[in-house]
Amino acid sequence: MIAAGIDVGSRYIKYVVLDSGERHFWREETGYDPLSVCRRLIGDSRPDRVLATGYGRHLLAAETDLPTITEIKAVARGAREVLPSCRTIIDVGGQDTKAVLLKVDGTIENFEMNDRCAAGTGKFLEIMAHTLGFSIQEFGLRCEAGRQVAINSMCAVFAESEVITLIGKGVNREFIAAALHNSIVSRILPLVKRVGVVEDVVFTGGCARDRCLRDMLAERLRKNILVYEQPDMLSAYGAALYALDSTA
Amino acid sequence: MSENYREMWASLGLNLDAHQGLLAVLSDAYQNIYLSQKNRPAGMGYFDFVISEVHGLRIVELLDAKKEGKAIIGTFCVYVPEELILAVDGVSIGLCAGADVGTEEAEKYIPRNTCALIKGFMGFKLAGLCPYIESADLIIGETTCDGKKKAYEIFDEITNKVYVMELPNKKGEDGRRLWTNEIRKLAVKLSQVTGRQITIDKLRGAAVIVNAKRRALKRLSALRAHDPVPISGLDALLINQVSFYDDPVRFTTKLNELCDELDRRVREGSGVVPKGTTRLLVSGSPMAIPNWKLHSIIEGSGGIVVGEEACVGERNFGALLDEGFSTVDDALQKMADRSMGINCACFTPNDDRLTDIKNLSSTLRAQGVVHYALQFCTPYMIEAYRAKTAVEAAGLPFLRIETDYSLEDAGQLKTRVEAFIEMIRDGIVS
Repeated sequence: MIAAGIDVGSRYIKYVVLDSGERHFWREETGYDPLSVCRRLIGDSRPDRVLATGYGRHLLAAETDLPTITEIKAVARGAREVLPSCRTIIDVGGQDTKAVLLKVDGTIENFEMNDRCAAGTGKFLEIMAHTLGFSIQEFGLRCEAGRQVAINSMCAVFAESEVITLIGKGVNREFIAAALHNSIVSRILPLVKRVGVVEDVVFTGGCARDRCLRDMLAERLRKNILVYEQPDMLSAYGAALYALDSTA
Repeated sequence: MSENYREMWASLGLNLDAHQGLLAVLSDAYQNIYLSQKNRPAGMGYFDFVISEVHGLRIVELLDAKKEGKAIIGTFCVYVPEELILAVDGVSIGLCAGADVGTEEAEKYIPRNTCALIKGFMGFKLAGLCPYIESADLIIGETTCDGKKKAYEIFDEITNKVYVMELPNKKGEDGRRLWTNEIRKLAVKLSQVTGRQITIDKLRGAAVIVNAKRRALKRLSALRAHDPVPISGLDALLINQVSFYDDPVRFTTKLNELCDELDRRVREGSGVVPKGTTRLLVSGSPMAIPNWKLHSIIEGSGGIVVGEEACVGERNFGALLDEGFSTVDDALQKMADRSMGINCACFTPNDDRLTDIKNLSSTLRAQGVVHYALQFCTPYMIEAYRAKTAVEAAGLPFLRIETDYSLEDAGQLKTRVEAFIEMIRDGIVS
């Protein structure tokens, strides 16, 4: 029995296959033709059942008749599976930020999600890393606190002009990087506080790979934050687990 | 709606090309959102027809009424008593707008960060797209929220037709006295504009008509308590929207016919969706026609809307006018008392609205509450907090949404609504 979960995100498509007790992870850029990427991933592994999730789930479902679940339900299952003590999930992806509170039994108690604006998401980080000449992989490692620099605007367009102003004043890009991370955390925290924070707190989504974001969240929440080694795979993994349930 | 009305639209000063474009967009949206629904009651045919003639036949009727010397009175708020308008032989039309139209025009006068409803009615007027505003002899505004109150000043400069009533902020004895006086002044104003006396007989006749309409809407509301639900939330919302501008007597007859059909559905145990479909109450800001966004997202995500704790909904018809008045002034007092029982977030405190939400959830057997605030509609955006606390204390899940008329956040909204429905279903299973 092969079960799979596919998470069609705004920046990456994540694919998890569960095959006789083993799990396999794939990640590819979503690009301009996500359907082809999905078809290739699914076609190569030939699963018995696939569950789709993520921003592009309906696009895929309309083409292929796959059943769907939301990424909120999916990430809750995935995070709980790898970190069973998890009660609060902070999920920051390419264009969405979510906070999910779980009951003791792992079902969802409450959730919050950003509305239309991509402020406080991975897309914002990417744009800002680019402006400062960092790669997204090194961005979170190159932040330096210590000098009081603040980015006030959360709009990507306005924040970029603030960044340019700071560069023009001769401020080191490492300080600006820290300020940008700090402003994102300020955007994420109200969502988290609205659902309520119960430990353990798990940070998921592509942005959980960013070391600085992780540390700042932990510091400002005054909580230990757990991160799975592949934090962006957990929604796809959760979907695969649900697919496995339904084939049982 | 076709070429036959072009002359009429031109005579009203509409922008014909833009208007044609608007009708085409509306017709497509209606096709996609309404006519594509399954298991619709046959009685919806009348309401489909009304929508298809919303800027056509109904405007012909209004212009005919004007020829007979009747006044067309536009309103924006359920606190304004429709009975008074009927008592001067007037035609009452709700003017709230539910679409992004004429936005650039509107933003010449009001800030971009204004709620979509206000921007909508300004835009409809400024872009020359609203035959109702053009037909109106008088437009009654009210001091419900800061946005409307200040926008009416500008709207009056543009139309020269606006009369503003002062709605109090609190509902104590002072507020009641203030509002009663405002209703008395409105009675005088309406008599002046129309040249007609308000008599006790006219008021009695009007009360019968409007109460009958409210009873029919209450009947529809009660039918939505059944599982399976006999009618979609989208269709019920549409009927509530139509209630603001259709002829009240005809509307009541047609709605009662539809309710007869829904009664039969209930007896047969048949519904518009299967028994057990997740039932949601929508509560918050008004959804003016053609704002069908949230209902369409909810019902496209496997849920069903069973009620609207909103002005386009329960607040409009929940309370009847006490018909036992003996003088004109007594009638005006009873109208004031009736509207002071409506619980809008523009009042403080507004605890009775929280009770309304809980009672409605229970009567309609809702499994969750979706709180809907138009962006920049501060009273509802802020009151969402207390609504959430009250609803969760009653053991029901609560989803808070802030949005406008645009579709740019439709993806995120769909994810949130779907996750909310999943959460409710999984909660039942576990």
